[in-house]
Amino acid sequence: MSTYCIVTDERRCISCKACEVHCKVKNAMPVGIKLGEHFTEGPVPGPNGAPLYRTLYMPCFHCEEPECVDVCPTGAMTKREADGIVYVEADDCIGCGACLEACPWHIPQWNEDGDKAVKCDLCMDRIDAGLKPACVTGCTTHALALVGQDDPRYEEQRKRAPQRALAER
Amino acid sequence: MAGRQQVYSVCGMCSVRCPIVVEVEDGKAVRIEGNPKSPLKGSLCARGAAGIALEMDAERPQRPLIRVGERGEGKWREASWDEALDYVAGKLKDITAAHGGRSVLFSDRGGPFVDLHQAFVRGLGSPNYCNHDSACARNVQHAAKSVMGIGRKEVVYDYRNCKHLVLQTRNILEAINVAEANAVLDGMEKGCKLSVVDIRATYTAGKADNFYMVRPGSDLAFNLAVIHVLINEGLYNKPYVEAHVQDLDALAQHVATCTPQWAEGETGVPAAAITALARQLAEAAPGVIWHPGWMVARYDDSFHVCRTAYIINALLGSIGAKGGLPIANKPGDVGRKGLKKLVDLYPAPEEKRADGVGWRHTQFDGGPGLINLAYDAIATGDPYPVKAYICYRHDPLMAMPDAEAMKRKWEGLDLLVSVTFSWSDTAWHSDVVLPLSTYLSRESIIASKGGLKPQFFVRKRSMQPTLDTRADWEILCGLAKRLGMDKLAFERIEDIWEYQLQPTGVTMADFDAKGFVELCDAPKYREDAELKFATSSGKLEMISPKWTKAGEPSLRPYAAPPAPPQGMFRIAFGRTALHTQGHTVNNPLLAEQMSTNVAWINTARAAELGIADGELLEVLDARGTAAGRIRAFVTDFVHPEALFMVHGFGHRLPVESRARGKGVADQELMPGGLERYDRAGGGISMQEHFVAVRKAAARA
Ligand code: SF4
Ligand code: SF4
Ligand code: SF4
Repeated sequence: MSTYCIVTDERRCISCKACEVHCKVKNAMPVGIKLGEHFTEGPVPGPNGAPLYRTLYMPCFHCEEPECVDVCPTGAMTKREADGIVYVEADDCIGCGACLEACPWHIPQWNEDGDKAVKCDLCMDRIDAGLKPACVTGCTTHALALVGQDDPRYEEQRKRAPQRALAER
Repeated sequence: MAGRQQVYSVCGMCSVRCPIVVEVEDGKAVRIEGNPKSPLKGSLCARGAAGIALEMDAERPQRPLIRVGERGEGKWREASWDEALDYVAGKLKDITAAHGGRSVLFSDRGGPFVDLHQAFVRGLGSPNYCNHDSACARNVQHAAKSVMGIGRKEVVYDYRNCKHLVLQTRNILEAINVAEANAVLDGMEKGCKLSVVDIRATYTAGKADNFYMVRPGSDLAFNLAVIHVLINEGLYNKPYVEAHVQDLDALAQHVATCTPQWAEGETGVPAAAITALARQLAEAAPGVIWHPGWMVARYDDSFHVCRTAYIINALLGSIGAKGGLPIANKPGDVGRKGLKKLVDLYPAPEEKRADGVGWRHTQFDGGPGLINLAYDAIATGDPYPVKAYICYRHDPLMAMPDAEAMKRKWEGLDLLVSVTFSWSDTAWHSDVVLPLSTYLSRESIIASKGGLKPQFFVRKRSMQPTLDTRADWEILCGLAKRLGMDKLAFERIEDIWEYQLQPTGVTMADFDAKGFVELCDAPKYREDAELKFATSSGKLEMISPKWTKAGEPSLRPYAAPPAPPQGMFRIAFGRTALHTQGHTVNNPLLAEQMSTNVAWINTARAAELGIADGELLEVLDARGTAAGRIRAFVTDFVHPEALFMVHGFGHRLPVESRARGKGVADQELMPGGLERYDRAGGGISMQEHFVAVRKAAARA
């Protein structure tokens, strides 16, 4: 059962990239690896000719049927029963990289430090402690929200999500 | 400090100083977020989030350094703190013995902790305390004083209750103050309209209901036309103007010919759009904020642009009004006592200021003076010799135009000291570098902040310094002790805090709950009848006697900015949310986000020059000297006359591996720019320079 996802409120997002930095600090990720990546497109002409920026913060979508989990040969890529959070059980990861290719958006990243796959786990330690993910709490303008996947923005944002570069591969 | 702790403190990554909470594990800071008990509710910008990377970065001055080579050569000997402080104190003693206390100049970047610096300078017997502001907000400050008689920070921007916000030269969603950005967005969610006047499509413009891309340097024409419509159509707030505005007739006469049609020719904005804006504002009044700007050291008439912003607010009755620019309260306004000032430890010096502020230039604010004019005193000895200069967290060589000219003026100094937590061009050029602890590993004096709800706040030390650095108070009090300034020779920060809190009825324990102490329960607005302004007439002055006396007209006729010569552009610069001027560019986490700048260039101009998006360019100043290489960002959304770049890049120091050689420094493209300042407002006119570009590959 999938429960959570993170959505971006474009009316509030100011493309400041603090979400990425909060994520990196919380997860102590080295330079080169972003577990969540923010995308900005623009300026493009808006409806009245005024400029417009499209924005999207893109951590993992925690898919209902995650392809990364399906391809993982060791079961390291795990979907948590209780709330559908998809995360890497680091001890079981053999570093084959199958999940990086399998994800439609290339969301899992390669961490040379340890030769393992790493990915967004929605800060599940924080969720378990009753807190929000670091990006959601830290977002400069409260543009991010942790919501259920029945939120209409979830599908819309999944549809327009670009593929990510495979970091450090 | 074993285990996990939360420390309430204050960010120091930019001059906003947001309230933060630092998560500390076994004595080491591991994560920072916005103070959840403050209006930030956890939010913090990227720079604030990257603070620990600054503390952990070894590419900063690691211990005190004393120069052994020529200035700027980068040859140092390392010194212990005792040795370095003895050295600086010894030099200061010699210099002040020969030339008097007045021969010492000090500059910082302003903010809420300057009381300690001012006390130190006064203790030396010098009137020459300065800040960076002539390269920032001096024009706004002086405009505020000329209209309202009070400073720009003595009114509050009441974004949450505002109905129409106009941002002119105020890129509020990229030059970020976290609380302010949230307040603006909250206001917009409640229906506040946003109008943006700028030369390019900032992220702020991307959220605007109305966007006006004006010709660079023509803002004054735009504003005069808005005033014209407000007066000619009788749209201004008549009872308010009757009660609070002086010399409306002179203003009406001044704008008589400034029709929207005329302004269309000057600004490129359709007349109908200007008229429509004025009408929309009148409808929203008094819940209107026409922001007077922040970093407005840009044009020769920026002071008058800021003045007209205040004048428009005055006509709409928004100065003092809820949803507009209500008056900020100080502790005394809510029945409390303010902090005891350290500067009062010493008598005010009777000597006049070396920069001429207050006597040669009578319209300007004595407080922080005009640092660029103080450099003239170093060079000429007029009005008296200035021989020692202490730069505290201030990098004038990067903040102001024409570093070479500045260095030549500084040749008259016998001592140049930098107190700094990061490398800077100025530190590199100094005689002594005193490495300041980062904001995570130092505490600061208690600060007082005015507002609808005034408060005291304090920065606590979250962890011990990782390098051999010291806190500001440790450095200045250490020097005070050596100089025999016993009253300022505090040994413990607790003693300073106790001194400051004496009259207030507040104790240090009161900061434990939230990290700050609010001095009243509910925001306090003033009634219209309570409004009285600190001008000579007690009203909002369309004509300021103070400026008239100084020979500066209050209502200056518009002079169109010259067009760039054939094939050239007007230089324009601005901010990003990812960096604070130059001093964060070498931060590992922020360099990863943005390691270089790009040159915004209009699509049609780029086509003329055969320049493609992403192409590598060289930028040349008006003399034809190349300042470095930068990639083109080709877009319709920048004015054709402008070449825009984010400020703070183009570092050259070998000690900054991540910043070195990346991008172009706008201030290198302003030859002679140190001499070019707004005579009425005191701001340096940094966008009064033209530049050329050529493809980098075409270089022979
Ligand atoms: S990594 Fe990709 S496939 Fe796996 S859950 Fe996340 S979005 Fe879905
Ligand atoms: S921190 Fe928030 S506002 Fe900034 S880019 Fe990320 S989502 Fe947008
Ligand atoms: S705006 Fe950002 S860098 Fe500046 S004080 Fe606030 S959190 Fe720190």
